Amino acid sequence: MNSRQTTSDVGYAPLAIGLILVLGTALTIWGAARTQDGPFAIQMYTALAAFVVGIFALVRAYILPNEETVRTRYEDGVVKAGVIASTFWGIAGLLVGVIIALQLSFPTIFYFEDFGWTNFGRLRPLHTSAVIFAFGGNVLIATSFYVVQRTCRARLAGGPWAWFVFWGYQLFILLAGTGYLLGITEGREYAEPSWYVDIWLTLVWVAYLLVFLGTIWKREEKHIYVANWFYLAFIVTIAMLHIINNLALPVSFAGSFSYSAFSGVQDALTQWWYGHNAVGFFLTAGFLAIMYYFIPKQADRPVYSYRLSIIHFWALIFLYIWAGPHHLHYTALPMWAQTLGATFSIMLWMPSWGGMINGLMTLSGAWDKLRTDPVLRMLVVSVAFYGMSTFEGPVMSIRAVNSLSHYTDWTIGHVHSGALGWVGFVSFGALYCLTPWLWKRERLYSTALVEWHFWIATLGIVLYITSMWVAGVMQGLMWRAYNELGFLEYSFVESVEAMHPYYIIRAVGGLLYLIGALLMAYNLWRTARGDAPAAVTVRPNAAPAAVAAE
Amino acid sequence: MWHFHKWFERHSLILVVGILLVVSIGGLVQITPLFFIESTIEEVKGVRPYTPLELKGREIYVREGCYVCHSQMVRPLRDEVERYGHYSLAAESMYDHPFQWGSKRTGPDLARVGGRYSDEWHRAHLADPRSMVPESVMPPYAFLDAKDLRTDDITNHLRVNAMLKVPYTKEQIENADADLRAQADPDSDAATAFEVRYPTVKPRSYDGDAARLTEMDALIAYLQMLGAGVDFSTYQADAPENQR
Repeated sequence: MNSRQTTSDVGYAPLAIGLILVLGTALTIWGAARTQDGPFAIQMYTALAAFVVGIFALVRAYILPNEETVRTRYEDGVVKAGVIASTFWGIAGLLVGVIIALQLSFPTIFYFEDFGWTNFGRLRPLHTSAVIFAFGGNVLIATSFYVVQRTCRARLAGGPWAWFVFWGYQLFILLAGTGYLLGITEGREYAEPSWYVDIWLTLVWVAYLLVFLGTIWKREEKHIYVANWFYLAFIVTIAMLHIINNLALPVSFAGSFSYSAFSGVQDALTQWWYGHNAVGFFLTAGFLAIMYYFIPKQADRPVYSYRLSIIHFWALIFLYIWAGPHHLHYTALPMWAQTLGATFSIMLWMPSWGGMINGLMTLSGAWDKLRTDPVLRMLVVSVAFYGMSTFEGPVMSIRAVNSLSHYTDWTIGHVHSGALGWVGFVSFGALYCLTPWLWKRERLYSTALVEWHFWIATLGIVLYITSMWVAGVMQGLMWRAYNELGFLEYSFVESVEAMHPYYIIRAVGGLLYLIGALLMAYNLWRTARGDAPAAVTVRPNAAPAAVAAE
Repeated sequence: MWHFHKWFERHSLILVVGILLVVSIGGLVQITPLFFIESTIEEVKGVRPYTPLELKGREIYVREGCYVCHSQMVRPLRDEVERYGHYSLAAESMYDHPFQWGSKRTGPDLARVGGRYSDEWHRAHLADPRSMVPESVMPPYAFLDAKDLRTDDITNHLRVNAMLKVPYTKEQIENADADLRAQADPDSDAATAFEVRYPTVKPRSYDGDAARLTEMDALIAYLQMLGAGVDFSTYQADAPENQR
């Protein structure tokens, strides 16, 4: 088929995207011209440049005469781009994490008086957003586009809209990340991007939902596969959380600062309703979809229990949304709301472990593959970490435990056992699967490197979470320690001082994890470049497991 | 029973509507009552809207991400009350858009830091935290002293807050720019007018240089009012109207 047919196939999509880009160009020029606010002007110029490049790309693709393009069964170009973007943002996010870990370990070396924008307060949101939204988000978009096509046996709907989603999302990341460095933030954890970045993300997200749903509508399978239920729940719920939590009034439409529509206690609960469900729906539901597709695929076994997946799905999404108030124990939030939050957090343990069992038991009859297939091992260990942190979470939501753990590094340790162990490993596993599949290679460039990645990263996680457990419990105990005369035993800064060795161990753990990701990037690049043999229909058995890597 | 699930699996819109219904319930039950149940926020004397200078200081506090290491929420636990002061009341953050309760104490809680240290201490500490607290891991903020405070948008700041139901008077909004400067310039004529509009606030030069209005002035003005509004010698935590 030639490009003309492709064009008619996509209808008015290029025109609609073009309109969005032209409108964006006009608005950013207006914003840059009107503003008195230097950082805001930089953001406007950044977006302007992106829109102009987008217009050129659109013109090149749809107006200029084109070479004949081969229309493939599935749209895999955007998934390939997603694999590359995920790897890039993963490394960037982990690197910032290592830097801020070093800042807390060696404040005299890693703070620069002349570069205030590199201070911890600005880099920490950069780290969290880079790993959650840039890395995690790209993994989710890429895998969802891959999985929905295969499980529906349909090409992605909407033609260029999938590319709009991909590049629009990268622009969201760029504006949010550079914004933090420039001091542009809304000051609420994991919802820091400014009001105009939020509006842009909403637009991109609606396009994402429509591309995903549109593909489901085109399906040649009667049933919608379980992974797609989870992807849908993730997309729909994140839209709801994002829109409601980010309601705000800007001080000026040509300025970056805005005031949240809510204040104080209402703002706190709205934010943690959002914040906890960013964990629940972004970092859990979305990645469970990955589990439900990639583990059965890589293990070559069906999902353990269909009925369990139904219970898992509905129970998980119903219960998760209630758990937010456990972030606000003993605060000025009314007691009834705190109690509800803790109760549902404990109930949440059940669907979480139901899902874990469904993932792990899928290996029934294929457990031996864990010995030989490090990619499958990574996927399975990620589910084990999922089980561990979804047990720890309910424990920490019990009020008595929370009185000790809240405000301490225990929380940081808990988050990272989920983030590094579960989200990180399941994503790496998916990327290791996708790269040979997409670039049509028989296998990865080096299985030995995957082994190295797995063990280095696992060691990193163990160092990270154990040091933070010890640090957190110690902090909590020091803050509440009394001496024999009935006075507080420690000043606050003594607890800071006591953290020093643990902060160093944590930084080492993070560094190991980053090294693992770098090994992965190298391996994926060599695989895609063609240093692994091309896929053939018949698998030669006993292919040399590891062609000596360099 | 499992049979019925095919409706969700075969009709994507039924699935989407089902998801939306199921995920809406929790938020509706937990969040919406907070806007309607009056006892959510107790009534106390002493909580007032921020002065223009404090509001600007708060903007810097948010901009620099202070909330990622400092909480502003003292819990009603024996050790916290002894370390930081009276536990935080909901009313004390009722004008905070957004709230800054925080979730991590890499540094100490700041809900009651107001008045605890001198302005000079804050200035030296912000510029070089380790000069005051050798074990500190806080970043240096010396650049705040070198940066002039942006003032041209202050009226809009108050106006937007008023739109969000922060009770600023018409005079306070109209004189926002004058009040912003007056609070850090105690000997000016405007300072007298400022004190009429904000009777509980005494103007002073927070960074030691009344001639110049810097970001340091604003941030210290904000820090010095944190938690200092309510008079806890008369507040009765056990009174029935304060029980929640």
